[in-house]
Amino acid sequence: MNIAETPFEFFTVSYLTRIGNQSAGTLNEFLTSLQQCSDASIFHHTFQTLSSHHFLTEGFSNDFAQWAHADASREDLAEQLAALDVRDYLSIAALRSDLCRVVGEYCTEHPAFSEQTALERFYFCESVEVTLPFGLTARSLEEFRDGIAHLSHASFYFHFLSSRLRLQLQTNDFSHWLADGLGLGTLADSVNRIDIYTNTLDSARAKVLRLIDRERRKDE
Amino acid sequence: MSEVAIASRIPLDDYAALLGEGQIDELRVLAKPLRGRSIEMINSTAVGGGVAEILNRLLPLAEELELNMRWEVMTGGDDFYGVTKAFHNALHGAPYHADPKDFEIFLACNEQNRTRLPLDAEFMIIHDPQPAALIDGRKKNGNHWAWRCHIDLSHPNRAVWDFLDKFVARYDAAMFSSPEFSRSLPIPQYLFYPAIDPLSEKNRELESGFVARTLAQYQIDPLRPILTQISRFDRLKDPVGVIRAYRIVKRYFDCQLVLAGGSASDDPEGAVVLKEVQQEANGEADIHIIELPAWAPLEVNALQRASTIVIQKSLREGFGLTVSEALWKKKPVVASAVGGIPVQIIHKHTGLLAHSVEGTAYQIRYLLSHPEIATKLGENGYEHVKENFLITEKLKRYMTLFLAMARAK
Repeated sequence: MNIAETPFEFFTVSYLTRIGNQSAGTLNEFLTSLQQCSDASIFHHTFQTLSSHHFLTEGFSNDFAQWAHADASREDLAEQLAALDVRDYLSIAALRSDLCRVVGEYCTEHPAFSEQTALERFYFCESVEVTLPFGLTARSLEEFRDGIAHLSHASFYFHFLSSRLRLQLQTNDFSHWLADGLGLGTLADSVNRIDIYTNTLDSARAKVLRLIDRERRKDE
Repeated sequence: MSEVAIASRIPLDDYAALLGEGQIDELRVLAKPLRGRSIEMINSTAVGGGVAEILNRLLPLAEELELNMRWEVMTGGDDFYGVTKAFHNALHGAPYHADPKDFEIFLACNEQNRTRLPLDAEFMIIHDPQPAALIDGRKKNGNHWAWRCHIDLSHPNRAVWDFLDKFVARYDAAMFSSPEFSRSLPIPQYLFYPAIDPLSEKNRELESGFVARTLAQYQIDPLRPILTQISRFDRLKDPVGVIRAYRIVKRYFDCQLVLAGGSASDDPEGAVVLKEVQQEANGEADIHIIELPAWAPLEVNALQRASTIVIQKSLREGFGLTVSEALWKKKPVVASAVGGIPVQIIHKHTGLLAHSVEGTAYQIRYLLSHPEIATKLGENGYEHVKENFLITEKLKRYMTLFLAMARAK
C-alpha cells in the first residue's frame, strides 16, 4: 500500500453572500456590470452557485445563464453563457473575459434586445469565504477514501471544484494529491474527468469513491 | 429587557439522520473557534412572528454546539409598539405622516432598554427596526454589531428610513433576505435567509392517517387535485387573485382550491379581507376557505402534504417561508416573482414563477397537464431547501458571519 509523505488535509469552507452595489435590468447594463464587478462576484455566480445548486443537473450552469433564460428571455444568449465550463478556466479574469465577450457580441448583434427591460433585475453578489481544517487527514488511499466519504457538501466542493482556482492548474485537490502524493496518475485523471455539471455533489462523490474502490481492488 | 428561556433540547444527531453526518460535523468544525465567545440576539417579541419562531429553534441548536448564545427581548409600552407598527408599515411603503413625537418615543424606549442591558457580548445581533438604536450603547470593547432586517426595504418611506439609516450605518454589517431589500449603506450587506426546521411540527413527516383526517375534517376530496395557498387573509397575499386564477384552471381541470390562514377574529383588517374572499368565492363548494387557529402547525403541515400544487400568489413578500415549507414536502409550487420568492423558486428548476392572475393559472394548468414535471420540480425544490433554507444552514451562516467579522478586525 502506498503511503504519502505529505498527508492530504481535508478542509471545509463556508460562504457568506455579500450583496454588491451593482444590478442590471437590461443586457447593456448587465454587460457593464460584468465588466466592472469584483472577481468575488464572478466567482459567486459561476463557481459558488454550482455548490449551492449542485442538485440541478439539467440545464442549470450558472446564475448569469439562468437570468438570461428566465428574466431576460434570451434563450440563445442563455445557451451560450451556460456552455462556459468553469473547469476550463485557471483565473477569474479569463472567465470574466469570455462572459463579457459572449454578452458583448450578443448586444452588438441584437441591439434592439440589449435595451429591453428584463422581468427581474440581476443583483451582483459576492462570496466571502471562511475556510477551516475539517479535522481529518489521510496518508493512504484507504484513509483518503474514508475522509471523502465523511465530508460535507461544502468540503467536497472546496477540494473538488473551487480548488482549481487555488491550484491554477486544470485539476483539483483530490487528483493533485493522488498523482503527486500517491503516484496514482491514472486514477487522478479519472477523478478529474468527472462532470460536475451533470452530477450532484453526492453523485460526483459516489463516482470518486467507486474509482478509488476499483483502484484498491487492484492491490488485493 | 428579559432573557428568553428555551426549554426544549433538539439533539443534533436527529438532524444527522436527515442531512448526513458530514453536514453536522461541519457545524461542529465551525463552532469550535467560537466556543466560549458570547453571542446575543435581541428582538422585540418572544412569541408570534417569524423571528421568534426561528430563534426558538436556533438557540437549542446553538446550545448543542456549545455556543454561548443568549436571546433578549426588548420591552416597551403600547405607545412604543404603536410607533414601531407604523414604522414597519411605512418601511413597507405604506403612507405615513412623520410626527417628531413618534421618533422621540422610539428613542426614549431604546434608551430605557439600553440602560438595562450590558450589551457587551462579543457578537451582538439586533433584529429589525425596533431595537436598532441600541447601537448607541455600543461599548468600546471592540465587540461586533450586526443588524438583521427581516422586512422588505425596497420602497421604504423616506422619513422613517432616513431616521433609521443613521443608526444602521454605525453597525459592522447588515443582513437582508433579498438583494432587492438592501440599501445604500457604508457597511457590508449580506444575504441571510429565514429558515424552516425540518423537525418542527409544521415540517416533520406525518402519518398518512392524520393527513386523511384533516382533509375529511374540512370536507376536501382527496381524489381530485387540490390547489392550496396557506397565508393570512391579507390583501398583499392576493387571495382574491388566487380564486380568479383557480377559476381559469377550473375550466380545464376538475380541481379544488384551499385557502387556509390564521383566524381573522383578532385582526380587523384580516376580517375585512376574509369577507372579500368569501364574497369572491360566492359559496362555491370546491373553494375551501379555512380559518385556522392562531397556532395550527400540524394542520398546515397536513394541508401542504395533501396538496397537488401549492400557490403563493403574493403581491409583496418579505421572504415567504410557506414556499420553503411546501418545497420541503416535495410539492410543486407556483408563486409570484416578488420579495424573497425568486430566491426559493428558480424558475423551471425548483418551481414556476408567475407575474399575473393569468400567468399563475397557466403555470398551474401546465403542471396539472405534466405531472412528471411537477414531480421533478418538487424533488429539486426539496434539495434546494435542504441545501439553503434549513435551520442548520442558518446557524452555519451565523457562525460564518461571526468568524468573518472577527477576522476583519
